[in-house]
Parts: sequence; C-alpha cells; structure tokens
Amino acid sequence: MRSSVRNLSTRRRHPLAGLVVLLVGLVVAGGLYSAFAPRAATAEEVSSRDVEAGRQLFLIGCASCHGKNAEGITTQNGGNYGPSLIGVGAAAVDFQVGTGRMPMAQSAPQAPRKTPVYDAEETRQLAAYVATLGPGPVIPEGDKLNYKDATAAEISEGGEFFRTNCTACHNSVGAGGALPNGRYAPSLEGVSARHIYEAMQTGPQQMPVFSDDVITPEDKRAVIAYIKAVQDQPNYGGLGGGGLGPVVDGMIVWIAGIGGLVAFAIWIAAHGARVKKR
Amino acid sequence: MSNEIEHNAAGAVTEPIADPGLPEHQYRPTDVDPAQERRTERQISFMFGLASLLAVAFCVAYFAIDDNQTFLGWSALNFALGASLGGALLLIGVATVQWAKKLMGDHEIIEMRHPAASSEEDRYAVMKDINAGIEESGFGRRPLIRNSLLGAMGALALPAVVMLRDLGPLPYGHANTVWAKGMRVVNDVSGLPIKPADVEVGQLVNAEPAILFDVDEEGEKVLHGADALAAKAKAAVIMVRMRPEDITPSKGRENWGVDGILCFSKICTHVGCPISLWEQQTHHLLCPCHQSTFDLADNGKVIFGPAHRPLPQLPLGVDSEGYLIAMSDFPEIVAPSYPELARDQKKLGDSA
Amino acid sequence: MSNYEYTDIEKTGLGKKAAGPVGWLDERLGLAGVAKKNLRKVFPEHWSFMLGEIALWSFVVLLLSGVVLTLWFQPSMGEIEYTGSYAPLRGVEMSQAYASTLHISFDIRGGLLMRQIHHWAAALFIAAMIIHMLRVFFTGAYRKPREINWLIGIGLLSMGLVEGFAGYSLPDDLLSGTGLRFVDGLIRSIPIVGSYIEFFIFGGEFPGDVIIPRLYMAHILLIPALLLGLIAAHMLLLVYHKHTQWPGPGRTEKNVVGYPMLPVYAAKAGGFFFIVFGFTALMGALVQINPVWTYGPYNPSEVTAGSQPDWYMGFVEGAVRIMPNWESTFFNYTWSWNVFVPAVLLMGVLFTVLGAWPFVERAITGDKREHHLLERPRNAPVRTAFGVAGMTMYGVFWIAGGNDIIATQFGMSINAITWVCRFAWLLLPIAAFIITKRICIALQRADTERILHGYETGIIERSPDGGFSERHAPLPESAQYTLTTHDRLPVLEAPAETDVNGVAAPHGRAAKLKARARAFYFDGAVDKPTVEDVEHANEHHGEYDGHPAELGEDFLGVSESGIPKSH
Repeated sequence: MRSSVRNLSTRRRHPLAGLVVLLVGLVVAGGLYSAFAPRAATAEEVSSRDVEAGRQLFLIGCASCHGKNAEGITTQNGGNYGPSLIGVGAAAVDFQVGTGRMPMAQSAPQAPRKTPVYDAEETRQLAAYVATLGPGPVIPEGDKLNYKDATAAEISEGGEFFRTNCTACHNSVGAGGALPNGRYAPSLEGVSARHIYEAMQTGPQQMPVFSDDVITPEDKRAVIAYIKAVQDQPNYGGLGGGGLGPVVDGMIVWIAGIGGLVAFAIWIAAHGARVKKR
Repeated sequence: MSNEIEHNAAGAVTEPIADPGLPEHQYRPTDVDPAQERRTERQISFMFGLASLLAVAFCVAYFAIDDNQTFLGWSALNFALGASLGGALLLIGVATVQWAKKLMGDHEIIEMRHPAASSEEDRYAVMKDINAGIEESGFGRRPLIRNSLLGAMGALALPAVVMLRDLGPLPYGHANTVWAKGMRVVNDVSGLPIKPADVEVGQLVNAEPAILFDVDEEGEKVLHGADALAAKAKAAVIMVRMRPEDITPSKGRENWGVDGILCFSKICTHVGCPISLWEQQTHHLLCPCHQSTFDLADNGKVIFGPAHRPLPQLPLGVDSEGYLIAMSDFPEIVAPSYPELARDQKKLGDSA
Repeated sequence: MSNYEYTDIEKTGLGKKAAGPVGWLDERLGLAGVAKKNLRKVFPEHWSFMLGEIALWSFVVLLLSGVVLTLWFQPSMGEIEYTGSYAPLRGVEMSQAYASTLHISFDIRGGLLMRQIHHWAAALFIAAMIIHMLRVFFTGAYRKPREINWLIGIGLLSMGLVEGFAGYSLPDDLLSGTGLRFVDGLIRSIPIVGSYIEFFIFGGEFPGDVIIPRLYMAHILLIPALLLGLIAAHMLLLVYHKHTQWPGPGRTEKNVVGYPMLPVYAAKAGGFFFIVFGFTALMGALVQINPVWTYGPYNPSEVTAGSQPDWYMGFVEGAVRIMPNWESTFFNYTWSWNVFVPAVLLMGVLFTVLGAWPFVERAITGDKREHHLLERPRNAPVRTAFGVAGMTMYGVFWIAGGNDIIATQFGMSINAITWVCRFAWLLLPIAAFIITKRICIALQRADTERILHGYETGIIERSPDGGFSERHAPLPESAQYTLTTHDRLPVLEAPAETDVNGVAAPHGRAAKLKARARAFYFDGAVDKPTVEDVEHANEHHGEYDGHPAELGEDFLGVSESGIPKSH
C-alpha cells in the first residue's frame, strides 16, 4: 500500500493539487466539526434544505387539514379540521409527529399515539419548516433531558410537582386517565423524555401548557426523572394490575380470590371417587 | 279464615313420591384397597413434610434475601416469604382435607333436630320465676320507686352524650379562606410568584396563597401541620389563561381576570376533591372523583355531573411589582355544600 | 352409624392418657355436658355451606395479620420529613401514619407481605360475606327460626364495610385521603346537623389531626370487638339451630344428615382455615395491592386520576357519580340531595331492605312454620327474581363507580357511560326481575316434566305412522323425591270484605293489600305434581310406545340428578 501511495504522490503533480488537498481538509474538518460539536442550546441545527424538505412533506401529508400555509382550516360551526400551526414551534411538531399522533389516521375524539409515519429525519424537517412559520418552543436537548443524572432530592421534588400538576389526569404512575366525551389523558409508559418535555411545553390537544416560567426546565427535568423512576422501579408487591388501582383489585378479589376459594370448597365437599357397586 | 298454610302431615297420602331413605353407603377406593390407603397416607404425610420444609424456607429467605433484590420485576423478599408461607399453609390445609376426605370415616350420620322453642314446662317455669321476681320486688306495686328508677337510668344517658361535646369545636370558618386582598398567587410546590406574562394561553397553573410558603423570623413556616392542610383544603386554586374573546364573564366579573388569566377554586363544590383536569381547548375542567365538569370560560358553571354549585372564582389583580395577587377573599363559599351554606352565602353577599 | 368397631374408651391408649387432664378440667368447668352435645354434632355436606367459612377464616387472618401490623404502625397525623429507604419520597413532608406504613413496606422484612395479606383478606372477608348472604337468601335459609341470625349477618356485613373503610384510610395516603375528603363532603350533606357532625368527627376543620387516631381506635378496638361478639352469637345460633340442609332422600325437616364434627368437620373446617390463609398469603406474594408509595402522602391539593374506594364501597361511589346535581334551599338551610341521597340514604335503604326481608316475606306468605330444608331458588320465583334484581341494581352502581376505568380501557365516553347508568340502575333490575322469574317458572315446569314423564334418554324412535318421538325413562326415585320435597303452593283466598251481618272488616284495606302481595309472590309458580298427577302419568308412561323402554346394552344408567351417563 505504502509503495502505491508514494507512486501516486510522485506521479501526480497538478498545480492545483495543494489547493484541492486544502479544500478537502477544510471540508472534512468542518464536516467533522459540525457532526460532533455540541449544539448550542438555543440555535436549531437546520439548513434551508431541511426547511424546504419539510415544506414538501407538509404539503403532501399535512396541508389537507392544516392548510397550505399551515394557517388551519376552520369549519362553519367554529371548529377546525386542523388548527393553525403558526407559532406552535418545532417542539410541538416533534412531539405530535414523533409519537405518531400526527398525521391522524381517522377521525376520533382525540389523536391517539401510534407508530410514527415519518422517520426521525423527516420529523426533523417538518419541525424545521413549522419553526420558520413563527417563533415557538424549540426542541429540548442536552441537560434538560438528562434525567439519569438527577439526584435523589430532585427526584423527590419532581414527585411533588408530578402529584400536584400531573396525576389528576395521568394517574399516580402515569397510567393515564379519563377526560370527558371519549377523550383521555394517555399513558406515559414508554414515552421518551424528550416527548414528555415537549408535551409539558406545548400542551398538545387538551393538555394544558406548562410554560418554562412557571414550571422551570429544572422542574420539568425533575418531573421526568420521577416518572422514569416510578415506572422503572419494581412492582414490589407482585403483579401490578396496570397501576389502575382498586377497580382491578376488586376484579381480582372476585375472580381469582373468591373463585379460587369456592373451587377449593367444591373440592372439599365433593363426594369423591367411589368404588362401583357390584 | 286463616292466612297460615295448612300444615299437612307428611305422609304417603298427600306426597306424590315417598322418601326412599338414605342411599346405601358407597365405599371409597381407600376403604377397600389397602394399597390405595397407604398411597394416600404417603401423599398426606408428604404434603405435611413439604409444608415444614417451606416453613423453614421462609426463615432462610428472611435472612438470606436482601431488600433490594428483585424477582420477575417484584420484590424478591416479598415473593419468597409469601410463597413459602402461603405454600406451607396451603399444603397443611390440603393435606388435612385430603385426610378427612379419603381416610376418615365417611358414613353419613343422622341427628334429630329439636324444635327451636323450649318446652312448654320450661316456658311456664320461666314465666313463673319472672312473675315471682316482679312480685317480690314489688316493682309492679310501687310505681314511685319504679318511675324514679327509670328516670334515674334515663338521666344517666345524659353524661354519656354530654361527654361527646368536646369531640370537636362548633363549626367555624366554612365561609372564608386565608385569601385576602393583596395576597400573591404562587405556584404550588415551588412557591414562586407569577407574572401575567409567565402564563401562556392554554396554560394551567396549580397555585396556592402565598401565606402557605411564608416563614417567620425563625425560619419556621407560618402555617404548618394541620393548619396548613386545613388552609389548603379550602384555599387551593388553579389559574388558567384563555383568549379573552372566549371568556363570557357574568355581570360584575369583567375585571376579575388579568389578560384572560382567570383564577378559580381548586376544590370541587361536590365533595371536595381537588380539580385540575383542564381541557385547554374546550375550557372544561373535570373532577376525577365523580366527573363533575365546570366551564371555566363561563364563570365556572356546572355542565355535567353531580356538583350543584358553580366553581367559585377568585378576583385577580396585579401588585406593584407586577405579580398576580388576589383582590379579595372568595366572594362565593368554596368547598362542598353544608346545611348553613345558604345562610352564610347571604351574609357573605351582604358584606361584599 | 360407623363401621368401626369401638373398643371401650377406658381401654384405649388415648383414653388412659386423657383421663387425668380431662377429669381435672371437668371438675372445675363442668364441660362434659356441653362437649357431649357438640363433639359429634352433625353437619350436612355441601360446598355452598362453606362460603360463610371463607368469611370466618378471613376474619381470623385479619386478626392475626392485623396484630402484626399494629406492632409497627403509628396512628399519628403529626408531620415529619421522610428519611426512610423509599428514595422517591425522601425529604417529602408526610404524616407519621404514612411514614410508618412506608417503613413497614420497605424496612420491615415481611412487612409488605403482612400489609398485602391483611388487605387481600379484608377484601375477601367482605366478598365472602356477600356471597354467603346471597346463598342464604336464595335458598330461604333465613326463614324461621334463623331470622335473628340473618339480622346478625346483616350487622356483620355493614360493620365490615365500615371496618374496611377505616382500615384502608389509616395509611393516610393520597388515594384513601381523597376518600376521607369524600366522606367529609358526605357528612356535610347530612341535613341540618351536617357541619356539626363534621366538626365533631374531624375534631375541627378537615382534615384536622385526630381523624386517623380515631379511625385507628375504631379499627383495632371498637369494631373488631363488635364483630367478634356478633360472630360468636352467629356461630352459637348456628350450633343451636343446627345447619340447614338440602332436600334429598333420608333428609327431613326433623333431622340433619351429614358428618360429625369430630373428626370430619373439625378436619375439613380446620383444613379450610389453612387453605384460606395460605391462599391469601399466596395472593399477598404474587399480586400487589394498595401500593401506597406510588400515591404519595395525602395532600388536599393533590388527586390521582382513577380515584376509587376499595371495591366494596364501589356501589356507593357509582351512585354518587350518576346522581343528578340536585340541591335545594328550604327554611334557610341547604339540602344537598346530590350527595345525601346516593351516599347516605342508599346505604340506609339497602340495609333496611336486607334486614327487613325475612319479616316482610313472612308477612306476605303467612308461613309461620320452622324451616330446616333449603329451597331451591327456582321454587320461589319471586324471591329469586327480587334477589337477582337487587344484585343487578348493585351491579349497575358498581360499574358506574368504575366508569372512568371502563372509559379509558374500552375507549368509550365517560359521559355516555354515566348517562346509561342513570337509567340502567332502575330499568335493568326491572328487566332482570321479569327474566329471572320466567326462567324460574320454566325450570319448575321442566322439573314437573321430568317427574311425570321421566328424563329424555336421547333415543329417538319412529312410530308406525312416521312420527318421531324421544323415549323417556323414569328418574331414579331419590331424584324424584328430591324434586318434590318443597312446599305445595298455598291456596290463595281473597279476604272477606264484610262479615255475615254486612259489617266491614276492621283492617280491610291492609288485608286486601296483603292478599294482593301474596298473590304477586306466588304468581306464576308451578306447583309440584299431586299424587293423582303422578299416578296418571305412570299409567300413560308406556302408552305411546306400547312396551317398556328398552334402553339397549349401551345404556349406562343415569346419575343421581337424572342425567344419563355417557361414557
């Protein structure tokens, strides 16, 4: 190998060779830098290409409900097919598209979480496009999502915030809860930290907004840390019943408990095998 | 004419099918086959033996298994202790029952019943004795003694009832809370005061009166323990921000909000659960306990569920530093209804 | 009669060893008389007689596990900062009651197991009482002389509910504290005196700092003492009256057929105790219940979605959820019908109806005899239908209590569920009553058919003119007898409105009402066949095929209840 390289370098001596090497070096260095350097907390790493790609995706998959310029399409009786996305921010798009809620596959009281239609790249592009429509919450990253480093005290405090602000809808272990008319607060099981943060930030569908000025980014991180801690901890007492509480316990009492004990009673009082009379 | 069903003598004449009597006894395999009997004996003793082993296993698990260990995503210690204890008990029970079913005598036995009532002689004798007692005491003949005795016994009930008076104080405080003019509305848990610009449209803030986070000179909380909880149970509030065009305030409430930020009691008027299921698009607030639903864009009106009274609203203002404050205590009575509510509300309305 | 050959007791090993101690006891306690009557007391055998035992043994498990828990539980509402081993709650302010519950769950080895056994046993205790009560109801075992025992049972059930509520409120966690808040609102809804009772019970404003210690006293002292007393009375009456039995060959109103207490029932009942205990312990090992550490300590500004009481209060919860929001003001007082009616009145009505039922039924039927043979549910169609209607109403309320869980798990609208239950609580029981009554009558007809015409053998034959018919064979005599031991229907007479001289009867209206009720009670019920019916049927039995039923060599006979054996 080495001999062939030396051959190459001795034989090719174009005048611009040095310049090319310099350019290649610059491009490689710049590319490596942009690939591996830490991102600034507020600047979004988007190029105009992403925005344009996102706009194309938007026109195909989203404009039919949200309008060609994302201004929303209202109905006659004051509702809408899709609300305006101007000012919702990249975070909202990342949440809705990333959890598969958007695009909505069929009409329903609310958009359910499902397998995302767009991959991570496309989601990023859509988010980039919508972010250009108006200033809004940016996609959280870095320290804000670093719940694994949360201290025990932070987890405890996160729990206090969680029980005050979240359990009324999502239940003590994030198993979800009922809202009026067929809507619901979904389960938080298996939801990424980024999506939880974005949901608090943007208030998707009926969920209220929890702005950074009231529930600070540190508080949000603590909440996420608590959710993860509670969901990852063992069900100490045994089978958990989905975290749905006394209703499930009642079913188990009657079906397994009384059912089992009555089965034993039937066995105890059963006549038993008898020898055939000859 | 008697309403009683005629009690017919149960005999062959009136009953269509005669009693064939107890069926012939049938033997169990363990009665006739000694091999079966021995096998069942071994089965039963094996179960007892296994139960003893499980009881020992409980003790081993108690000391050997660490609190932090898990098994199948459960506490390993809880599982091991419960399975061994439960298994031991269950095996003892099953073995005992098996013994009764397979090996103990199982011939059916007949026992005759006796009528529930005592015999006529016994009843007569008892009546005689009671009568003798009454006669000898003169209870019947001495009405003064009897009546004064009854009076004394009756009067003794009074101390017993009166003793209960200090179970608790007479009712107070239903009609007011710790809210007062100028008190800041602070975020629950963090205690941070809030400026209107901090709250976005569609936001929900779970808030408390600032006094719950105030500390005195020694750094002790001003309200703590039962007092703090009692205050929270009436004074907890939520703040929501809606677009001003969506709100339809009733007369006199037009200036109770700030830039579309409204403040309502967090305590449901049904039976007192805290409510914070806020639907930002419909402006409905749902109580998780019994599903009372309130429309916060329409003065907290009840639109579904068993709550009767609308959710009380707290008038908001802004203090000199720009933080949100209450402009007075709640003009309506918060928390669940109670008998004197109508009277207290009138008083509150008159003094407003 | 046993087939064991008895040796004289003084000559056996046991007799020689026991003579001393037994003599010592008898010389001081004179127990031989009582023991003589009860050691070989006969108990009839059927699994449905063991349901009350499940309740009894669950109670014993509750006593044992409860005593263990009292060694560590601290019934105080004093606030402390948690410093124990459950990390997510460290530094949180909570009551000592809650902190000690966490301590039991995480720092006492076997503590979580005891808590779970205790809670499962409590749930089983009440469930067993209910299913036992239903068995007694549907078989008519509450009739004379057992009305008092029935009332004791209703008392046990109602106190069990209170005891359970007090028990699960002791940890002072968010879920049970929310329940206490509900009870606070409930007490407030009591007309006129509500706020006074509220302040007396809570010792001041809610939540105060005495409710947990007071519930503790009620839970470990007052109510268990009452329960023990009532259980003792319940058992005593059971022993005195002797157990009822199912009708069958050899069984009459005047005897009990079964097995003796010693050794068979002592072994079976004792064994069942260990089975109930072991089963409950296994539930405590395998299935988590009431994970209070996930709820957090009680805080009046916090709540969790899916807040429900334990299952046995579910019917009250459901009634409260579906009640319309009626509240009115009379005489300057507020009357909160929306809370008072479903929470307080409903329970009052339920237990009054349950308690009064034996006496109401007796007044309607006029049946004043003693009953020791059980009635099959089908033979009392209106009673059974009424019972099923009651269960249906209870069930609708129960479902309404879990309407939010149903909504989220089945993707339904919670408002729709509430609206449906608002009507179903009355309409479904009416439908259930009608359907059950018809089913009972149909079953009675089927019984009569089987007595008169035998059972269907499955053998089809063809007559000479081409018609198909199924051959019937007579039921065994024991089965026939069992089917005819219930009472004949009484003759219903309209009460005389005036007597011979034209004077109107003094209680005419009441008597007429009673007669109408009686007619309703027996309406439609099919009477058992008379002697003539049976003789008539026997004559015609072989008529249509002309020869005795030839059932072939493959025929394997018929079981006791008349079902042909098929293998």
